[in-house]
Amino acid sequence: MNTKRKAYNCILPALVFLGAGLTVLLLVIIIGFVLFKGIPELSWSLLTSVPSVIRKVDGILPYIVNTLYVVLLSILIVLPLGVGAAVYLTEYAKNRRLIGIIEFTTEILAGIPSIIYGLVGMLVFNQKLGLGGCLISGSLTLVIMTLPTIIRTTEESLKTVPQSYREGALGLGAAKWHIVRTLVLPCSLDGIVTGCILAIGRIVGESAALLFTAGCGKVLAQSVWRAYTSSGATLSVALYMTVFEEGNFDVGYAIAAVLMVLVLVLNLLAKFSSKKLKRKF
Amino acid sequence: MKKAKRAKGFVETFMNGVFFVAGMTAIFCVLLITVYMFIAGLPAIRQIGLKDFLLGQVWASTAAEPQYGILPFILTSFFGTLGAVILGVPVGLLTSVFLSKMAPARLGKLVNSAVELLAGIPSVVYGLIGMTVLVPLVASLFGLPSGACLLAAILVLMVMILPSIVSVSVTALNAVPPEYEEASLALGATKTETYFKVSIPAARSGIAAGVVLGIGRAMGEAMAVMMVAGNVANMPGLFKSVRFLTTAIASEMSYASGLQRQALFSIALVLFVFIMLLNAFLNRVLKGGSQDEH
Repeated sequence: MNTKRKAYNCILPALVFLGAGLTVLLLVIIIGFVLFKGIPELSWSLLTSVPSVIRKVDGILPYIVNTLYVVLLSILIVLPLGVGAAVYLTEYAKNRRLIGIIEFTTEILAGIPSIIYGLVGMLVFNQKLGLGGCLISGSLTLVIMTLPTIIRTTEESLKTVPQSYREGALGLGAAKWHIVRTLVLPCSLDGIVTGCILAIGRIVGESAALLFTAGCGKVLAQSVWRAYTSSGATLSVALYMTVFEEGNFDVGYAIAAVLMVLVLVLNLLAKFSSKKLKRKF
Repeated sequence: MKKAKRAKGFVETFMNGVFFVAGMTAIFCVLLITVYMFIAGLPAIRQIGLKDFLLGQVWASTAAEPQYGILPFILTSFFGTLGAVILGVPVGLLTSVFLSKMAPARLGKLVNSAVELLAGIPSVVYGLIGMTVLVPLVASLFGLPSGACLLAAILVLMVMILPSIVSVSVTALNAVPPEYEEASLALGATKTETYFKVSIPAARSGIAAGVVLGIGRAMGEAMAVMMVAGNVANMPGLFKSVRFLTTAIASEMSYASGLQRQALFSIALVLFVFIMLLNAFLNRVLKGGSQDEH
């Protein structure tokens, strides 16, 4: 081996390790820094009080509650829609071209920036449908945004159900919906649950799409209906508001730590569900 | 018996319809977004004039005689994305080679989880870190009065696009037929030479798709960039405070009205058209790639 070739074979592997090391290092720095700065700021009173400028109280309870509400409503709507679309694609649709178009539009939805979702959500839900800036508008916007996530993961997992199962059921005289309900859907539970968790992750971290649809209210609503029909900030939007508009970095890091813990937990859950719920065929 | 059969037939037809409607949702949503973007975005462009709007160098939306030129935003988005790609692609590609070819099983799993986690971190958290760590660091390193500039945005975007590049490239590298690599090794090439001269070229269309995906993410990111780029409508410069297309929308939307508000929708339309072109290109690359391989 000449020197040049030797150098090539030495330097490139080193660069590969360096690149991978840098990726891991970046993650460790980000997580470490957020938890290091944020955990000390977390306290029971911060987690359970409503923020007030007049009384000089910091609190993030309304944001936590709003996040839960938005996640709940969005998932409740997007789950049947997305799973239904995936079932249609793999079980019902016969027209190849139509399937192609649906898959292409799903890709497009996944690529549209969240700020555009925010604007369209504001135009359609807040103004056209007259809902105003409220959690319902925000949740509906996020439904469109998370639809591709659910469709894709469910479709992947529906495709792994062996064709022979369906043929067997058809041979026994079962009708299509019966097969879907009792065979195909239970077999692809892992994909549905994983998609659901990934969608929750996206919702929790979303800010640009919610800023102009759900708004940035800081009040703890008295009833569930009031909460959904009034403006409210989720944790991510609140992080943006407290840091960028108010310059309150301590509370910002506290919220970031809560978000980070949520992301870590959701990530672990997604791994767990895709592994443990998976059926062996 | 007959009645039960008819009821069953009804349920079947009904569910057929339900699934059809669910299947059509994605198409409907894309149409809805496209139509609304054009309806909301065109009036201001018509009023300002396409040339003045796209090529105007001054954005002064709140001045007594407002000017709506978005060239600074377009160029900033372009250079910001370019910078992020130039920095992010080498790191992403090296990480992918590591994950796909060189990593021991255990370590590979660890790095893979790290990449997945990076993808899951909310953009506002990136923004927060950027604001409190990166911006002061840039300011002190280069002796600037404020570190909130294009460079800071590029660095944040670079980290944010890494996961897209890595995950798609790893899939592409894993899909390279082992015969290619075996043949190369049998001809006397070392493993390193094989990975870089056989595997990467063979997976080029998949890697390109990952890069395009990363470009889309970088162009569309709003909040993290907003927090670190300084937000002044300057022409781009590495150490200047700048506005991207996305942040131009986000920073004025809450109080804008009249033509200013319509102009913001027009900016969104420009961004939307860019992203759609990118999507069409991505579709082309992926389809073309699967045909010319093997």
